[in-house]
Amino acid sequence: MNTNIERFEYDNKIVKQFAWAAAFWGVVGMLVGLIVALQLVFPSLNFDLSFTTFGRLRPIHTNAVIFAFVGNGIFMGVYYSLQRLMKARMFSDLLSKIHFWGWQLIIVLAAVTLALGMTTGKEYAELEWPIDIMITLIWVVFGINMFGTIIKRRERHLYVAVWFYIATWVTVAMLHIVNSFELPVTLFKSYSWYAGVQDALVQWWYGHNAVAFFLTTPYLGIMYYFIPKAANRPVYSYRLSIIHFWALIFIYIWAGPHHLLYTSLPDWAQSLGTVFSVMLIAPSWGGMINGLLTLRGAWDKVRDDVVLKFMVVAITAYGMATFEGPMLSLKNVNAISHFTDWTIAHVHVGALGWNGFLTFGVLYWLIPRMFQTKLASNKLANWHFWIGTLGIILYAVPMYWAGWVQSTMWKEFTPEGQLKYQFLDTVTHLRPFYALRALGGLLFFTGAIMMVVNLWKTAKAGSFLANEAAEAPALAKKVEIHGKEHWHRWIERKPVQMLVISLVAVAIGGIIEMIPTFLIKENIPTIASVKPYTPLELEGRDIYVREGCYTCHSQMIRPFRSETERYGEYSKAGEFVYDHPFQWGSKRTGPDLARAGSGRNKKMDSWHYNHMADPTSMSPGSIMPRYPWLFNSDIDTDVTGKKLAAMQTLGVPYTDEDVANAKVDLEKQANVIYESLKKDEASLLLSEEGLQPNHEIIALIAYLQRLGRDLEIENTPNTLTQK
Amino acid sequence: MKFVNYLESISGISVFPMIGLILFGSVFVIAVISAFGTRKEVINEQSRLPLEESK
Repeated sequence: MNTNIERFEYDNKIVKQFAWAAAFWGVVGMLVGLIVALQLVFPSLNFDLSFTTFGRLRPIHTNAVIFAFVGNGIFMGVYYSLQRLMKARMFSDLLSKIHFWGWQLIIVLAAVTLALGMTTGKEYAELEWPIDIMITLIWVVFGINMFGTIIKRRERHLYVAVWFYIATWVTVAMLHIVNSFELPVTLFKSYSWYAGVQDALVQWWYGHNAVAFFLTTPYLGIMYYFIPKAANRPVYSYRLSIIHFWALIFIYIWAGPHHLLYTSLPDWAQSLGTVFSVMLIAPSWGGMINGLLTLRGAWDKVRDDVVLKFMVVAITAYGMATFEGPMLSLKNVNAISHFTDWTIAHVHVGALGWNGFLTFGVLYWLIPRMFQTKLASNKLANWHFWIGTLGIILYAVPMYWAGWVQSTMWKEFTPEGQLKYQFLDTVTHLRPFYALRALGGLLFFTGAIMMVVNLWKTAKAGSFLANEAAEAPALAKKVEIHGKEHWHRWIERKPVQMLVISLVAVAIGGIIEMIPTFLIKENIPTIASVKPYTPLELEGRDIYVREGCYTCHSQMIRPFRSETERYGEYSKAGEFVYDHPFQWGSKRTGPDLARAGSGRNKKMDSWHYNHMADPTSMSPGSIMPRYPWLFNSDIDTDVTGKKLAAMQTLGVPYTDEDVANAKVDLEKQANVIYESLKKDEASLLLSEEGLQPNHEIIALIAYLQRLGRDLEIENTPNTLTQK
Repeated sequence: MKFVNYLESISGISVFPMIGLILFGSVFVIAVISAFGTRKEVINEQSRLPLEESK
């Protein structure tokens, strides 16, 4: 045994910075969430401004909560626990600093660019390519700092929390890089490398595993460290935690396709996603039970200790969400839940309960310790606990209810065989639920403000210990083995091997699911009549992406009678081969638009014109925002050619002539729509200079009128001609 | 670079889910064996790591 005791200091300053950042961005993210929730009740809160409309604020809300609030929460937990578990200061103070400020810069840039409509249009991966590169660089900085610390550690065994951190780091790196392959057109505009079904598969492989490896595994690591700390007893079963870890990371990565049930994704991939999703319940509950049973015999402490209260509710919420997740992955349940507010309820049980409450618990535990004092007000913290819990209930219950009601209304037929409700009926019916949800959100937000005040007072009253003295024996160079050692301990000691094996475990699922979809022709049957978008339609599509229309409208008709009756022929994989990115959406606050320009859903150009100017003029009771800026800003035709050329590089069969004539073709088509609008005497009031053929609204109309037309042409070859 | 249709087909696609299941089964069995193969004293010592910070 090495008796050479070394003295060193833990870096608390970086933990404090991440802690304040988590609290600050948490409040910001929740406030934006509250605003978007209110916009669904009072559409006038969109303020008729581009950067405050729902379609742009909603990605800001999701990104802020996931990457700013939970992101900083992860780093807070990791930087505190890793140093202590490794009995070493962080590898480099400079890297810690770069990591912290780099991450905050990314958050600010994300908020600004999303507000300006710079988005890739892929949910939770909306940030444009320069920011994607910054994220990669900062993530590498974090990785070097983490592995540097692990390598210079003074504790031989890597505690299970550290395994979760390692798996988080390697998997998030893989997901982010694979999903962010995009071809830049300008500084803040790029197209996804993948198209249609493939883009959807990669995106939901990413999206699902962002939940798994950003919102779950790092927080499980935090749970495995902070629950024993707060309860002052070891985790219930360390053996279970080992099985939990390997089973969870291996299974999670396969489950992505459950976001695409009944879509055009090949059936075998859907089934694979379902099977692994159902299996996922075992390790998830193993972890939950392990966390809760850590408190066995200590439940009296839960009554008095607000930190434990928050943690118990967090683990319970984790248990509920991870039971519900596999249920939602069953096709028969998914047929009801998908595209409805049920999904919103599900994710918020996770976000508010699991991530929110665990972060709050850790903050209430950490801040007094680092400031060497007691929490300023236990009473206020208890109020926060109860108001927060009530907030979660008031949020979730109306949304579950709304989801169920919405789905059954969509599917209800009259005895004569007609759809009973217009889509708009469901929207107006749901407004009271949305109001209740906003109230729940307000309560949760109020609780968070109370916490910030409480923690601030605590910090004021105490004195901050920036460098915490510690000592530990240096790690012996050679491992002394007493008796027979189990081979698995070899991995548990080796961080790099752990990283490699974790990567192998998580890469297998992605590879097996994705490669066949990319390589096998029969998985995406081609449809001869599906043609690339015209230059004007492409510009219109970019506007559709920019305004975040996908946050409320799907473009994916599932093969149900209730959907084919409402929206037309169900969607085929071959229809999306030129869609970079895909725009299937995940939520129908408004109706599906996959065939908005075709069949019974087709509207006049002037209908779209008036509808975008004031949705209630065409659909009384609509909660869609107005888009007045589309009526006086011009299409940027200077880059149209470049956009076509980029698409050409990605495999869209534009000819060189198409690229060269992009601008001329665009103007020609715009003039046709312009003339039709003039003939229909569309309201020209909105535009100060009057309607012009180069206004963005014209391009958007062209795109909407194109949706679903390809199949129509196939069915009735002589009625329409397409370029 | 085009990601579409390099191969015309892969025969026996149904084997992919089977590969997934077998791989998972192996990982799970190995994890279980490793967890229960470790001596109790070692497990207890490891599980106490968060509580035994050096001071």
